[in-house]
Amino acid sequence: MLQEESDLSLIIAQIVQKLKGSNLYSQLERQAWASLQRPEIKLESLKEDIKEFFKISGWEKKLQNAVYSELSVFPLPSHPAAPPEHLKEPLVYMRKAQGSWEKRILKSLNSMCTELSIPLARKRPVGEQKELLNKWNEMGTDEPDLSLFRPVYAPKDFLEVLINLRNPNYENGDSLSFRTHLGLIQVPLKVKDIPELKECFVELGLNIGQLGIDDSTQVPPELFENEHVRIGQKVLAEQDSAAAQQYIRQGSPTALRAELWALILNISSQPEDVLYYEQLKTNVIQHDLLVDSLIYKDVKLTASNDDYYFVFEDYLYQVLLCFSRDTSVLSHFAYNSASPPKSYIRGKLGLEEYAVFYPPNGVIPFHGFSMYVAPLCFLYHEPSKLYQIFREMYVRFFFRLHSISSHPSGIVSLCLLFETLLQTYLPQLFYHLREIGAQPLRISFKWMVRAFSGYLATDQLLLLWDRILGYNSLEILAGKTSGTSRNGTRLKEAPLPWNSDKEPQVLAAAVFAFRAVNLMEVTSLAAAEAVLADLSTLKVMPLLQIFLFATVT
Amino acid sequence: MSRILVPCHVKGTVALQVGDVRTSQGRPGVLVIDVTFPSVAPFELQEITFKNYYTAFLSIRVRQHTSAHTPAKWVTCLRDYCLMPDPHSEEGAQEYISLFKHQMLCDMARVLELRLILRQPSPLWLSFTVEELQIYQQGPKSPSMTFPKWLSHPVPCEQPALLCEGLPDPSRVSSEVQQMWALTEMIRASHTSARIGRFDVDGCYDLNLLSYT
Repeated sequence: MLQEESDLSLIIAQIVQKLKGSNLYSQLERQAWASLQRPEIKLESLKEDIKEFFKISGWEKKLQNAVYSELSVFPLPSHPAAPPEHLKEPLVYMRKAQGSWEKRILKSLNSMCTELSIPLARKRPVGEQKELLNKWNEMGTDEPDLSLFRPVYAPKDFLEVLINLRNPNYENGDSLSFRTHLGLIQVPLKVKDIPELKECFVELGLNIGQLGIDDSTQVPPELFENEHVRIGQKVLAEQDSAAAQQYIRQGSPTALRAELWALILNISSQPEDVLYYEQLKTNVIQHDLLVDSLIYKDVKLTASNDDYYFVFEDYLYQVLLCFSRDTSVLSHFAYNSASPPKSYIRGKLGLEEYAVFYPPNGVIPFHGFSMYVAPLCFLYHEPSKLYQIFREMYVRFFFRLHSISSHPSGIVSLCLLFETLLQTYLPQLFYHLREIGAQPLRISFKWMVRAFSGYLATDQLLLLWDRILGYNSLEILAGKTSGTSRNGTRLKEAPLPWNSDKEPQVLAAAVFAFRAVNLMEVTSLAAAEAVLADLSTLKVMPLLQIFLFATVT
Repeated sequence: MSRILVPCHVKGTVALQVGDVRTSQGRPGVLVIDVTFPSVAPFELQEITFKNYYTAFLSIRVRQHTSAHTPAKWVTCLRDYCLMPDPHSEEGAQEYISLFKHQMLCDMARVLELRLILRQPSPLWLSFTVEELQIYQQGPKSPSMTFPKWLSHPVPCEQPALLCEGLPDPSRVSSEVQQMWALTEMIRASHTSARIGRFDVDGCYDLNLLSYT
């Protein structure tokens, strides 16, 4: 149709524009110039010969991966009349709620700044710079006095904001009626039910091999595991992002995981990337930010106390401190409902040339933020690669877990999906918990905000994050293909694997289902939390499979 | 294709309801918006854009100018266009929509008046409407130029003398050289959108407190 063609050409133009500024573009240019000396490139058919050369030498594949990556991350172009804030978040009341939440955070940070008389940013004296450079690899041994610092907010504060989220155009009557939501989330977003989730997560079906289930010691490896590993090696040899993403839905062998994730996220460690990381390191050494102390405090409170992650404490500082200085993260605010905090150079209030973002990447860490990085330390040991992987994971997935948005992968939809699944398929349990004042979301919220990091055993967590990457969605944490449309017309129903975000929600509901018998017997919120306090013995994939495909509905 | 905004007058919405508005319990599920074009002659409609606000289905009726003395009749040009796939949930509720001439059921050649019929069957919403309604007509076609005769009817060129074997055809070589030149120009002209990466202003990052605006 005419409309779809013009939409397609708009998407193509947008991607070309983005790729023009990238390293890949200049590399392709150089390769094209260099290839002119090759004998098979003839002047008459210059264009076709160069294209053929790219195909053979693997450069076309790299370009394909880059385009695939752009499609996965950036939303489709919106209506020309839509203002940029509409792209961030279409619903006005959610934008307002996010705005007031951000204001609260800024006030909290400002008051911390004035109370403790610590500047937001400070240039380090040369002596201090040298000292920091010397102990860059062992910042964990430092024991600064952090007792006065407190995290800016914790997940439970954010949950309170989400609970109070209301659509002013929605019938929020006082009396209970069919329109009342029994859970905590009161906004009517569209979420998937189990039949739709089954369609979406078809590769997790009972008759399809999974790592996490079919690689256990009782199952002979010839049945599934060996073949799966062989296919994985082939995918890596081909260097095809889309194939890797499809492959990883059935789990990734431990030996191949680091490379597979890098392929899916389209991260290849070029010298420029290492140089960029070194530049960030220099920025850390030159300027000291208040946010650094928040990061220190968070790492000390969370990752350092965790049996699995305390060994990586130094890595966490090296990644998170650099992350705060990375201005390239600012570009993700185009599709994030949040906005970066702004400030002015001292003495130049109101002058736009002296306006800066604080922190430079616009992201204020909250309590538990370092847990997004910690599991990645098992896979990557080289700081610049670890950094790149974390940054890409953040701008693709993690940012949605702590901003208010109507996106199907946003935390609000995930919470609603969790509550809806629980109400529909475990109504007795849901009613019982509600009656004793233990709304299930109060317990599962912290799992979902951290994408289960720190709650599951590490190998299980990595299997879960495999699926997040494979389905390009967070719904597995608690799920929907939006098939985003421009002008109201749906684009051709190409399966959009990069729009589902539901696994973690499904897992949260599955965990409740698994411990349902114990939960039915508790009589208080504290007791319910105790039943669900320790998830470290859970096996993720069997739970998901049972809940999605084997529960009697 | 270029388009021109047509100034229109949007009349107030009229709710269609059975029974007395004051005494009945429920809220109306059908609204009608009339759009007139007081200062414009009958025109060809190209595009309608608006921002949705919780309307689920949209129908449009048009009254066109007919020649002679037959009174203009209302014709449905869009029937039950779905704006919200699930009327009970937020999907599509505040989206920007464009409707084009080719999506209409009838010819939109000489539009006099439009009538938008909005439907929202779900009782969950307190109100619904469409906002920022804009009507466009087709812009002027690119001006036609008259070419001088020698451009449109070139003189057939003489056959060049046959070259010795082994030399490439000069016309082909020249076209390829042109292509190479065009490629070089294009590369030089395109600018990268690469970021610089500095967060400070001239080395200084001494900040005030964070701003709330």
